Amino acid sequence: MRLLWDLYATWFKMGLVTFGGGYAMLPMIQREVIEKRHWATEDEILDYYAIGQCTPGIIAVNTATFVGYYQKGVIGGIIATLGVVSPSFIIITIIAAFLNNFLEYQIVIHALKGINIGVCVLMVKAIMGLWQKSIYNIGSFVIFALALILSLFTGLSTVILVIVAAVLGIVFSKLKLVKVEGDQDA
Amino acid sequence: MLSTYLSLCIEFFKTGLFSVGGGLATIPFLKEMAEVYGWFDLDTLSMMIAISESTPGPMGINMATYVGYHTGGILGALLTTLSIVAPSIIVITLIARFLKEFKKIKVVNEIFAGIKPAVIAFIIAAVYDLFISTLFNVDAGLSFDLFNIPCIIIFLVLLFIYLKKPKIHPILIIFVAGLCGVIFSL
Repeated sequence: MRLLWDLYATWFKMGLVTFGGGYAMLPMIQREVIEKRHWATEDEILDYYAIGQCTPGIIAVNTATFVGYYQKGVIGGIIATLGVVSPSFIIITIIAAFLNNFLEYQIVIHALKGINIGVCVLMVKAIMGLWQKSIYNIGSFVIFALALILSLFTGLSTVILVIVAAVLGIVFSKLKLVKVEGDQDA
Repeated sequence: MLSTYLSLCIEFFKTGLFSVGGGLATIPFLKEMAEVYGWFDLDTLSMMIAISESTPGPMGINMATYVGYHTGGILGALLTTLSIVAPSIIVITLIARFLKEFKKIKVVNEIFAGIKPAVIAFIIAAVYDLFISTLFNVDAGLSFDLFNIPCIIIFLVLLFIYLKKPKIHPILIIFVAGLCGVIFSL
């Protein structure tokens, strides 16, 4: 019961302070899920993101379901997901009911501009953390650079990019150009 | 009215099932709903997108809640929110159940070794627009005005503090940044 409540409360907090989308949630996931609760490692979160990219649904929700499922099975997945969507439900309902001109208040516009700066700050640090762990040699850098260029400058769907990265992963593993999990004990 | 609720459930379940990626992937589905059912017009949709982007929570969920409320009140909002996450819960629970087994297979780990560096690129690509629109005046053209100096200064100061004192909670950074936005009328 206690764990279910923790799952709900933690993911509620995540939904409440994330502006943007699933990826903007990363700094909060690093702090709350990885460092504070030890519900997942950074590597596992990247796995969930990778899977979330090529499976249906919203990435934030998929990640919540993953983390919840591994803590407390099916019910854990459901509770974590309900946690992450609850703030949206409450806030949007209030806005839709009473504040249809919400975006016309000057103070809201100023605060949002400031909040966006805050999100940028958090993302820089989050990306630096991931970078140090995941871009460790020329092979991983090539995959990273290719994916970045293709996603910024072409309209290729992410699903295709994921498939390309997967193929490169297999090829580069054979050439010992990337580190493969579990290799050291083999 | 009952049939409206049922259609809302079906349409949002479909959206959750077929929109792969993030919140932006739901927009084409919402456009189609506007055309087929006339639940809202395209102007209303643009407003809903703007509000969903500027309120906390995953954007896809915010939009689902908003459309649900707009079309069927609180009950509508509840149904659309639950419907859009239901496919994620089902699909991810199934994947999560088998992921640990899959990860014992060598080639699966090789695939993940390739996808991980790409995911970092996807994260950067996803926040790229936010960075540009927050720190630069895009429509200013190539002049000194291109740089949004006050925003860049606040960004650098907060980033410096956050990197020096990584224990600061991300929520505090968001809060202080929002406050700066109001104080300096950004």
